[in-house]
Amino acid sequence: MAADQQTWRRPTAFYNRTVKWLFYIGSVLFVGLLLSRTGVSPGRFWQGILFGIDLVGQMVPPTATETQFNRMMEMLGESVAMSMLATVLGVLISIPFGFLAAENLVPKPVYYLNRSIIMVSRSLHSLIVAIIFVKAFGLGVVAGVLTLSFKTIGYWSKLFAEDLEDIDRGQMEAIEATGGSRLHTIVYGVVPQVIPRAIGLTVYRWDINIRQSTIIGIVGAGGIGTVILAAFDKYQYQYASTILLAIVAVVMVGEAISAITRRRVE
Amino acid sequence: MLRTDNLQKTYESGDEALKGVSLSIEGSEIVSMIGPSGAGKSTFIRCINRLVEPTGGEVYLDETELRALGKRDLRKARRDIGMIFQEFNLVERLTVMENVLSGRLGYVSTWRAFRRNFPSEDIQRAYEILERVGLEDMENKRADELSGGQRQRVGIARAVIQQPKILLVDEPTSSLDPETSHKVLDLLTTVAKEDDIPVLINIHEVELALDYADRIVGLSDGELVWEGGTDELDEHARDIIYRGGESREGTGSAIEEEEAAEDRQEIDRQVPGGG
Ligand SMILES: Nc1ncnc2c1ncn2[C@@H]1O[C@H](COP(=O)(O)OP(=O)(O)O)[C@@H](O)[C@H]1O
Ligand SMILES: [Mg+2]
Repeated sequence: MAADQQTWRRPTAFYNRTVKWLFYIGSVLFVGLLLSRTGVSPGRFWQGILFGIDLVGQMVPPTATETQFNRMMEMLGESVAMSMLATVLGVLISIPFGFLAAENLVPKPVYYLNRSIIMVSRSLHSLIVAIIFVKAFGLGVVAGVLTLSFKTIGYWSKLFAEDLEDIDRGQMEAIEATGGSRLHTIVYGVVPQVIPRAIGLTVYRWDINIRQSTIIGIVGAGGIGTVILAAFDKYQYQYASTILLAIVAVVMVGEAISAITRRRVE
Repeated sequence: MLRTDNLQKTYESGDEALKGVSLSIEGSEIVSMIGPSGAGKSTFIRCINRLVEPTGGEVYLDETELRALGKRDLRKARRDIGMIFQEFNLVERLTVMENVLSGRLGYVSTWRAFRRNFPSEDIQRAYEILERVGLEDMENKRADELSGGQRQRVGIARAVIQQPKILLVDEPTSSLDPETSHKVLDLLTTVAKEDDIPVLINIHEVELALDYADRIVGLSDGELVWEGGTDELDEHARDIIYRGGESREGTGSAIEEEEAAEDRQEIDRQVPGGG
């Protein structure tokens, strides 16, 4: 084309440059509109920051009476127990869903059905699921365990199904060729290929479940969340900060265990 | 005895990979199928045990017509057909012993397979076969720790422990270096002769086919175009198989080498880390 051309501009991702600038201006106006609608004025914003600083001031140093401390440890234990139980339960339920949602292993209708079930589990936030289970089963750990199990299904089955879709077909075919049945092929030709990932996914989900288990108590589904909410309600800010620190510690330990395990198996 | 009658395969893409191939293999002969890449050699082998469903014709193993079989009977029939693959197709994360024993899966329940609880005569036979293929004391190694040649030995052991009526072998040495190729083919043909198993083997390199086969068949563009003994495979025969009958001056070996090299590159691309 123009061999004597001396300037060059990167092609824009937008239709053309006018559209690009219209899009930018539109975005700014839109955010401005939202801010004015929510009534967040600079004054209110500043006030909020001052209040936040004041709150943090009231939170230090973190302290707890002996009863408070014991209660906190007990409920933290409950959270961790909930997360473990839910991981085991959730993964057990996820295994069949995962296989049935692998496009290369099942007929199309089965695949679509199971993908949809998984999508439902993924689309609902755990707090919403927790509210539903609390309504159904009452306050406490049962609702919590069910919530986390339900959320585990969406996560674990989806990622597991994707791993199954990536397996080496040749290894399956070799088993089929010896006269093995469909189940033989799965047990002998497929499972060995995905075991390490399955273990990795499980510990990773456990680590996520620990974090989730600390929050669902806020809507009454058991665990440490219940205690945090009570502490804030009673203006026990120093106790609340103690609990927050304890949660951070537990989550970090969980994450470390999960990371080490995953590195060893994968 | 294996016999195919007018065997056809047209893939869903419209590729006519087999245009009616009739072939029979008897006794304990070693039949080598040669032909250019894309001729339909792999398709032919895979249509016999129906890893690929043929679209026409018949396949007889002794008196049984395999295309007429339902799923369950097909699985039973497959127990009598050993298969050896180009990329070995071992279950990489399993041990050598588990891979060899997988040749007996057609005879054990899923639960026993899951527990790796094989009958003791299978285990004993597995040890014997491992010794025969030169892998004694390797039973606890994982397949992914083995070299290419060792892997194909496991592949041979897995097929032979089936005590099959025929061995189907698809380019067993394409992922191996020349020296290992010879060793693997020596082993394969020796074991087959000892156990009286006929072999149908796709080989890419004509010289290897000449070294190991009793009989050679040439496939070109989905059709059997040549059939004869190893001493009959002259220049004219090669022209028919590889160049659609057009002859050329000179020895002709230069072009074959070129083709073989191209094909090998293609395989390298398809099989990362193979070899
Ligand atoms: N799964 C498939 N789907 C569609 N076409 C295929 C498939 N496998 C092979 N073919 C086609 O069938 C023909 C024969 O292939 P193949 O049997 O692999 O030949 P060869 O083993 O002799 O190289 C080729 O044209 C190839 O493109
Ligand atoms: Mg091939």
